Amino acid sequence: MSDIAIRARHVSKVFGQSRVLDSVEFELLRGEVMCLAGENGCGKSTLIKIINGVYKPEPGVQFTLGDESLTSISPLEARNRGIHVIWQDLALFPHLTVAENIVFDDYVAKPWKPIAYREALRQSFEIIQQFGFNLDPAARVEELTVAHRQLVAICRVLRAGANIIFMDEPTASLTYKEVQSLLAITRTLADQGISIVLVSHRLAEVLEVCQRVTVLRNGQLVGTYPTEGMTQARLSTLMTGLELEHTPRVNARKGAPVLELDGLSRDGEFEDISFTLNRGEILGLTGLLGAGRTEIAHTLFGMTRPTSGVMRKDGRPLKLRSNRDAVRHKIAYLSEDRFHLGLVQNQSINMNSAVTVLPFLEKPRGFLSPGRIKALTARWVEQLKIKVSDAELAVSSLSGGNQQRVALAKWLATEPDVLILDCPTIGVDVGAKAGIFDIIRGLADQGMAIILISDEAGEIWMNTDRALVLREGRIATEVTPADTTEEALEAVINA
Amino acid sequence: MRKLLRRKKLGTEGVLLGIIVALCVVLTLSTDSFLSVQNLFDLLNNQSVNIIFAVGLVVVLIAGGIDISFAVAASVVQYVAMTLLMEYLGGGGWVVGILLSAVVGTVLGLFNALLIHRFHIVSIIVTIGTFNLFFGLLMYFTGGVSIYDIPDWLYYSIPLLDLPAERGSATLYFPAAVMAVMVLFTWFILARTGFGRAIYGYGSSPEAARRSGVSVWKIHAFAYGWLGLCAGVAGLMQAHIVQEVVPNALIGQELPILAAVVLGGATLGGGRGTVLGAVLGVLLLAVVQNGLNLLGVTPYAFRMIVGLIILTAITTSNLGNLLPHSFRAKTV
Repeated sequence: MSDIAIRARHVSKVFGQSRVLDSVEFELLRGEVMCLAGENGCGKSTLIKIINGVYKPEPGVQFTLGDESLTSISPLEARNRGIHVIWQDLALFPHLTVAENIVFDDYVAKPWKPIAYREALRQSFEIIQQFGFNLDPAARVEELTVAHRQLVAICRVLRAGANIIFMDEPTASLTYKEVQSLLAITRTLADQGISIVLVSHRLAEVLEVCQRVTVLRNGQLVGTYPTEGMTQARLSTLMTGLELEHTPRVNARKGAPVLELDGLSRDGEFEDISFTLNRGEILGLTGLLGAGRTEIAHTLFGMTRPTSGVMRKDGRPLKLRSNRDAVRHKIAYLSEDRFHLGLVQNQSINMNSAVTVLPFLEKPRGFLSPGRIKALTARWVEQLKIKVSDAELAVSSLSGGNQQRVALAKWLATEPDVLILDCPTIGVDVGAKAGIFDIIRGLADQGMAIILISDEAGEIWMNTDRALVLREGRIATEVTPADTTEEALEAVINA
Repeated sequence: MRKLLRRKKLGTEGVLLGIIVALCVVLTLSTDSFLSVQNLFDLLNNQSVNIIFAVGLVVVLIAGGIDISFAVAASVVQYVAMTLLMEYLGGGGWVVGILLSAVVGTVLGLFNALLIHRFHIVSIIVTIGTFNLFFGLLMYFTGGVSIYDIPDWLYYSIPLLDLPAERGSATLYFPAAVMAVMVLFTWFILARTGFGRAIYGYGSSPEAARRSGVSVWKIHAFAYGWLGLCAGVAGLMQAHIVQEVVPNALIGQELPILAAVVLGGATLGGGRGTVLGAVLGVLLLAVVQNGLNLLGVTPYAFRMIVGLIILTAITTSNLGNLLPHSFRAKTV
């Protein structure tokens, strides 16, 4: 037996006119945790789908599985040889129990065989115990957290005899603790000889757990590198091909106070939050998921009422009864859930960017003028450099980074004094992230006051003038990025 | 909150059963005729047709669809079956009759499945269409005329169980046995076969099911076909009970039965619902109606009360969402 779990050589794939993968080489060792890194559209998913048998690669490809050489893999062969993918959406059945989700493949394979639920429970429990997971096989999947659902998905592929597992963005919606335990689990699996490939946008955690990282850019292999000695900055450079800045923001100038909070509290969510936000300032609001970041933003945006404390805007007391009130007071909030809440996916780019200002566009006659909507969109498309072929197309046709720009345009159209950005780079590539932060810094330089919510230490460190670290609903400490290192900030956030 | 959550563990079926038992106790104490073999048998005889419909419909709801054409489909089956039996099969018998009804019903159900699957149309739209199509065809070809000339085997009722009662005797009839068979069959498929679990899986997450290799056409074909089959059998039983075939006898039954099935825990979102729940849902509404009759409440009040029961059931099952944030249990 060789140490190589799978090797693929000369993997190419052409879709129509475009060459998505160009003679890529991929090698995975037995019991290895590897990272597959690259920006959206670099060919990561295509490569996974080829190895998984979903796509047929161009001729000339050569697979080595263990000691065997193959020239093609069908989906069935991939399964039989233990190659499995856990996609980001996990593909679980929320209304069924954990046990039924784990044994579901049996149901499909032998549909008319009478089943005993107790047997499913027993078999699932065996797997759960074997890997030391903390899961109740009788619980319904809909009752579980995302982290636990992930365990269910892992159990499912393990039961199917997986020895090579691709995990697509497994950490995207996990809290820090959950990420740590997931990474520990991948190590446990690797110790048992299972090879794991992680696809993740979070470079820090990737470097922590993986032994090697394979980088793709524009369908080509950049290289496979050991993670020892690799830095986030170097990895970003490899992924984007650009030398990205990695320095803290230098505060240009600070204007007059815009928003003042004094002892703001909301029962069960946050307590005694006080700070002053100035014009031209970017204030970071960070802390672990569930520390109260988003809850504070919801109150500042009038979506929830504080139980005590005072808010002042431009020196005058601020009482918000709804988010419409907040918009009237020139406060804007970009939701963390761009996909569901931030944009109306199947509506046009034009309508999405105009939706916040429809009442203004209707003036003076009370009818919407398509011309004015178009003019408005055109202005923002140009200012934010949104890559749009036709503003009448649905927003869902855009990439993550460009969608985020449209969401931003929609709020900038209200000409806010205070802009609250809740995790604006979720699901956005490294390169596109940099572009979005360029815009944000530009807005601050023009005098807008910005609150940036994020749990990525790097983002906060590079883009804010000062950062409030929240812990269990309270401000734990205030950090000035210019006076500290990224690693120190990360340690404070995760403390 | 803890108690609320624990009650949830009881499941919809447990809560329904509790309510039915409570209602029965109240009705036994407040009327002298409720708790009698006679009344119990009447309930089962009268509800057998509805229960057969309901167990068919719950399969469609679990698969994430909806069908409102099944009641008129049953009327179509009655006409087609009677015509074929009387004119071509020389009257036939129970075996031929049930098989014929089941086949015709299945064909009508498969027609729905084909439209939904092949053309990717939402099931409610398709079945609104076929509801009108089936009923329109029926009225057009029959001219709205009833059939009184039905085969002898269908005309005479078949007692299954005869028990002495206060006034004469209480009798349980053949349709109750057919109902029991359909209930058990559907329950077995849904709860005890991999295919049944795959139907739940498909209703719960169509995309996940597709990726697991579930054949979507088989799910659609089975769900709507099975409801068609149930509708065919229910139609035959209804004709047997009333000893005639009237074209508009069943139209309008689809919504009360849908209501009963939803009351039994099925949702329009799919993935939820059980045969037991569907049966209990029908029985609950039947007991309420029965009780109101015995208490001398005007029949006009029945629909109003059914509406209130459904709204109450649905709002209380979501009670957790109405509580303010701070009272809600933290989901960890």
